[in-house]
Amino acid sequence: MKVADLTATQLGGRLKGPGLHLRTGMFVAHIQTSIPSVAEGIGLLYADYPLADTEFADFHISLAPPPTLRRWVHPQVLFAFDGRAPFKPLPLDQAFPMFEWGLNWCVSSHSHQYLIMHAAVMEKDGFAVIMPAPPGSGKSTLCAALVNRGWRLLSDELALIRKDDGQAVPLPRPVSLKNASIEVIRDFEPTAFINRECRDTIKGTVAHMKPPRDSVARAQETAKPGWVIFPRYQKDAATVLQARPKGGALMAMADNAFNYSLLGAVGFHMLADMIDTCDCYDFTYSNLDQAIEVFAALQPPAP
Amino acid sequence: MKPRRDLVACALRDPEALVSWTLVEWDLLVRQARHAQLLARVCWLVQERGLLQQVPDQPRAHLEAARVVSDKQDRAIRWEVNRIRHALQRVGIPVILLKGAAYVMAELPPARGRLFADVDILVPKEKLPEVEAALMLHGWAATLHDAYDQRYYRTWMHELPPMTHVKRETTIDVHHTILPETARLRPDPRKLRAAAQHLAGDPDLQVLSPADMILHSATHLFHDGELEHGLRDLADLDSLLRHFSTAADFWPHLASRAQELDLARPLYYALRYTRHILHTPVPNSALAVSRAGRPFQMLESFMDALFLRALRPDHASCADFFTPAARRLLYVRSHWLRMPPLLLMRHLLHKALVSPKDD
Repeated sequence: MKVADLTATQLGGRLKGPGLHLRTGMFVAHIQTSIPSVAEGIGLLYADYPLADTEFADFHISLAPPPTLRRWVHPQVLFAFDGRAPFKPLPLDQAFPMFEWGLNWCVSSHSHQYLIMHAAVMEKDGFAVIMPAPPGSGKSTLCAALVNRGWRLLSDELALIRKDDGQAVPLPRPVSLKNASIEVIRDFEPTAFINRECRDTIKGTVAHMKPPRDSVARAQETAKPGWVIFPRYQKDAATVLQARPKGGALMAMADNAFNYSLLGAVGFHMLADMIDTCDCYDFTYSNLDQAIEVFAALQPPAP
Repeated sequence: MKPRRDLVACALRDPEALVSWTLVEWDLLVRQARHAQLLARVCWLVQERGLLQQVPDQPRAHLEAARVVSDKQDRAIRWEVNRIRHALQRVGIPVILLKGAAYVMAELPPARGRLFADVDILVPKEKLPEVEAALMLHGWAATLHDAYDQRYYRTWMHELPPMTHVKRETTIDVHHTILPETARLRPDPRKLRAAAQHLAGDPDLQVLSPADMILHSATHLFHDGELEHGLRDLADLDSLLRHFSTAADFWPHLASRAQELDLARPLYYALRYTRHILHTPVPNSALAVSRAGRPFQMLESFMDALFLRALRPDHASCADFFTPAARRLLYVRSHWLRMPPLLLMRHLLHKALVSPKDD
């Protein structure tokens, strides 16, 4: 059964009452909220996602107005992970982005069975491209463009690398778009569904793009990391793909990892093995169509 | 409203049975154990029995992830102790490690899968200025800058204000005894130091003797602590008791040592609740001797009502209507035991009226 199989009333009722067991990749989130914008966002962006058995959830989360008098003046929303609030409350109209950020936090701060990096991951022909990048580098924009041109979305935020075999594990979720990139993607792919914009958040204006149906359907299918590409959007820049030395690539990946030091020697070896088998590049771009061509021409790394 | 079972205590009592637990039970166990800081501990218990692979995939992932965190803390504590030893070398006193750091460095069973952040050490009171200066020279800095807080610690407490390392952001608590100077019970720290034992092959580092280690853990839990991680601390006690009680004369020695250190009451509580909640094998003879520290009947029933609630995991599924009140009362009690009434009144008034203005 999928989210789309529920009517809006059924979905809202579940979220308000016993909660919704939503499967995203390897994780099941048990979500409880009576906030309409969250129910709406889940209904629109997670329509293709399977519901999970109610026996076990990895993360029990809720979104609710904090129990203070403020609710009458400036309504707010509080994200809780199994009854505890890891963040300060946000204005109520940011409830859906907070749900997305909160769920990312659940994974990145607990799922140390993986090496977790702040990076987008896409796959084609069995190989995954991993794009680590600080905010503002155009990672999510490029990711959103690529998954509309035949690449399978594994994640736009969190690269999960499995310990036993170094495979990239999918966590396909709505792609987070910020500020100008919302319009860029609307123009680039008018058929892509992007939800209502949410203004004045800590990251500016944010909106989320619905992931391609195929990526959601194949969420259990891992991929072998093939390329590590550090993207950099630069206005009017020429499209340049340039090899990056592996030592530097490893250090930069370590900087982008959430639990590199937590994993100790295991983390180092996992990262080193991954960098060893991947081709590593710096990529500067300003034109999305040219960027797509460069990615389409990527050759699998020599074995 | 009746609280559901405390699944963490069930798991600690009988780890073998975990392999036949249902996914629904695992779901709640993982949640309770995470809140109780005992998830990594559960992982260890299953793993050392060779049963980890029989745990269903979903909960196993959480156990293994928690284990990653506790392994990292184990490495971090060893390095931190190395740095503390280095910093205090010139002071020329043996450094006595307490609690978590002691369990790790002495390779004791409660260290397995234990989550904690601070290092606690015990040094002679007259050496405090030198120890503090040496730590500051090596990068630790006071965290509390409020003059009243500084005075609170320095005049009345059993430790310096917590110090945090400016680079590693690790915290050290430097104790000169194990209860506040103003507390009702007055264990003599000289006796603790005299009985302390060197770590194998280490001239600089010591840990408390087995009996004193148990008494300190009991005192911390039942007379001083905040009980947010009460069950974790109780599990420490359970594990220490099981480990050390194999020695001959352990139980009689523990009881007489408790008398000697004025800690008969915490020992009584420790034996009562470890046996009750975690089925620790405390012989009847030992329990009988520990009754020297027993409170009068009505107080005991009242303390049962409080501790049997507060020693559950701090999770909604383990709470009943009275749990929040029980936790609050125990918190008030810990202050009550910490200072004489007038001093406590003065302290609370200051905290309520003066301190907030400084913010």
